[in-house]
Amino acid sequence: MLNIKNLHVKLEEEDKPILKGVDLTVEAGKVHAIMGPNGSGKSTLSYVLSGRDGYEVTDGSAHLRGADLLGMDPEERAAAGLFLAFQYPVEIPGVGNMTFLRTAVNAQRKARGEEEMDAATFLKEVRARARDLQIDAEMLKRPVNMGFSGGEKKRNEILQMAMLEPRMCILDETDSGLDVDAMKLVADGVNALRSPDRGFLVITHYQRLLDHIVPDVVHIMADGRIVKTGGADLALEVEQNGYADILAEVA
Amino acid sequence: MAAPQVRQDVTEGRLSALAFPQAAGWTLPARQGALARVRAMGLPGRRDEYWRFTDPATLTAAEPQAARLFEPGESAPFSTMDRVQLVFVDGVFDAGASDDPALAGVEISRLAEAQDQDIHWARDIYGVLEAHGQTPVERPLAALNTAFATDGVLIRVTGQASKPVNLVYLHCSETSDAILHHVIRLEQGADLTLLENGPAAARFNKVMEVDVADGAAFHHVRTQGRDHDRRAVTHVFARLGESSTFKSFTMTANGILTRNECIIELTGDNAVAHVAGAAVGDGTFHHDDTVFVTHDAENCESRQVFKKVLRNGATGVFQGKILVQPGAQKTDGYQISQSLLLDEDSQFLAKPELEIYADDVACSHGSTSGAIDEEALFYLRSRGVPKGEATNLLVLSFLAEAIEEIEREEIREEILDRLAAWLERHRS
Ligand SMILES: Nc1ncnc2c1ncn2[C@@H]1O[C@H](COP(=O)(O)OP(=O)(O)OP(=O)(O)O)[C@@H](O)[C@H]1O
Ligand SMILES: [Mg+2]
Repeated sequence: MLNIKNLHVKLEEEDKPILKGVDLTVEAGKVHAIMGPNGSGKSTLSYVLSGRDGYEVTDGSAHLRGADLLGMDPEERAAAGLFLAFQYPVEIPGVGNMTFLRTAVNAQRKARGEEEMDAATFLKEVRARARDLQIDAEMLKRPVNMGFSGGEKKRNEILQMAMLEPRMCILDETDSGLDVDAMKLVADGVNALRSPDRGFLVITHYQRLLDHIVPDVVHIMADGRIVKTGGADLALEVEQNGYADILAEVA
Repeated sequence: MAAPQVRQDVTEGRLSALAFPQAAGWTLPARQGALARVRAMGLPGRRDEYWRFTDPATLTAAEPQAARLFEPGESAPFSTMDRVQLVFVDGVFDAGASDDPALAGVEISRLAEAQDQDIHWARDIYGVLEAHGQTPVERPLAALNTAFATDGVLIRVTGQASKPVNLVYLHCSETSDAILHHVIRLEQGADLTLLENGPAAARFNKVMEVDVADGAAFHHVRTQGRDHDRRAVTHVFARLGESSTFKSFTMTANGILTRNECIIELTGDNAVAHVAGAAVGDGTFHHDDTVFVTHDAENCESRQVFKKVLRNGATGVFQGKILVQPGAQKTDGYQISQSLLLDEDSQFLAKPELEIYADDVACSHGSTSGAIDEEALFYLRSRGVPKGEATNLLVLSFLAEAIEEIEREEIREEILDRLAAWLERHRS
């Protein structure tokens, strides 16, 4: 599904390397988790994969289902099946949530040569999925993320993911800011999307989310590299002991 | 106060190209007074305080610059609405293309015909609001209009107009130079929606005097521009009585030069005046909104909301003032002017002003100029919305506050659709 090889990334504006050779493969049907200290480069990895400006790839590659991600525009990556649930979802005054969602769904369908979703079907789908995530209809009428609480913004990311039905989902700290019940809802939303032809990369600091979304593989990122890879129990180890032991071990 | 020589030359040059209408019936004294004002003030020059951002030379020249005709390739604005259309072609009334002006609660006549009648209600307004609006800021092109207007529409509303009146200005001659002057009087409690659209002429000078009596409501929506080369200077002079409402919205797309002045005086308590505009320009586009709102009475509200989207060297100008006179307590004044610059070649020049002589008022103003929000753009693109479409969504959201000033939903939707279509054609 997702193949990242020896990815080196620096900031465009300054000579500051951030990713220093990331190797990572997420297979279809699997959930991989990335944990790691603040500033280790987790969000940078997610941004570079989704095509945000400001970064320069100096070496390495990233492919999604065989297609070279790094040569594509962000919208092409989305149409190819990549989705990033942002660590900090963006507020867009003046653009209605529903307009935004519908434009996005249909833009992706159009890019893939599929038929657009008609208004009635769209409305039905959004309502059903919003209900599952306990997002009330009033919120959907507001401009994108405007006046949403931190947790509501995260739930809105999952709603978008559910509507867009991507092949590869990257979730950047979707659990931060969620209360216990909301975390359960979000996890249920993610689990509902788990399927043999979909991959997940879940960035998180806490084991709690991984109790609900049980990962197949856990990676530890430190200073721009994946320094350790293991099973679900690796997350437990981090939860109990922090990163000091792991970092000492690989140093 | 004699104007300096250069100004006198420009003024006399312009006047010599015009024929003063001696047989103008009851408008004659007003026209003579206006001509005297023009000579005393002189036509504007670049060095005048309120013309620093907009060069008036092509507006004051003896002859108009030629303007190519433009085929927009879409239906005329408001054409799906039930309305009374009055059509002017290059400033000349076209009876054949116009509707029968009979409308319950509304008296409509033409300036060119009505001025020969012995007595007419418009006598108390024609040139009067314009003359009053010359202080504290001079508006010589409006006085020129009063003196030389060849035609116009006089509308007196006594009740609730059952449908809007639509003034349509067609442009068919590349060298036309039109001067129209409308007078509108809304009697107590009356209500009218006035629509205007069309490029009008190669050069268009239009004045509209609007007298809104106590409790009356005037809604005005116009679309202007379209023909890239056409030039226009327009003035709206409005006087508002107690508890009256005045709402005016202008959409401008294209047009090498537009100067829209709006001079509003709230003379009765509890009056409301909203004036708004959405302008989109690509390339040779210069758009100037110059607004002056005077609060004379208590507990009145005024809003100025102007948004401009500029690209490829387009220029936007906003000069807006709120003047709160002594005694105009509880005034609620709001003014915002914003531009969205889609590249570095475009510019926005703004001069927001507040002058307040009452102590119990709430007035706010803001002016900003900025580019597309890159974070928002990336967010949209990351969801699969192509860059051009995402940009247009953000542009429309930028314009939204101005468009929302249009009260009637069907008109608001139409304006939104037209702006979206324009953006689609001018996509990055
Ligand atoms: N645009 C930028 N300008 C300057 N520094 C940046 C920029 N983007 C990332 N960095 C730096 O790169 C490093 C990695 O940042 P990144 O956001 O990827 O970390 P992270 O692993 O997601 O951290 P956290 O767990 O706190 O979310 C940090 O040192 C950060 O300050
Ligand atoms: Mg991060």
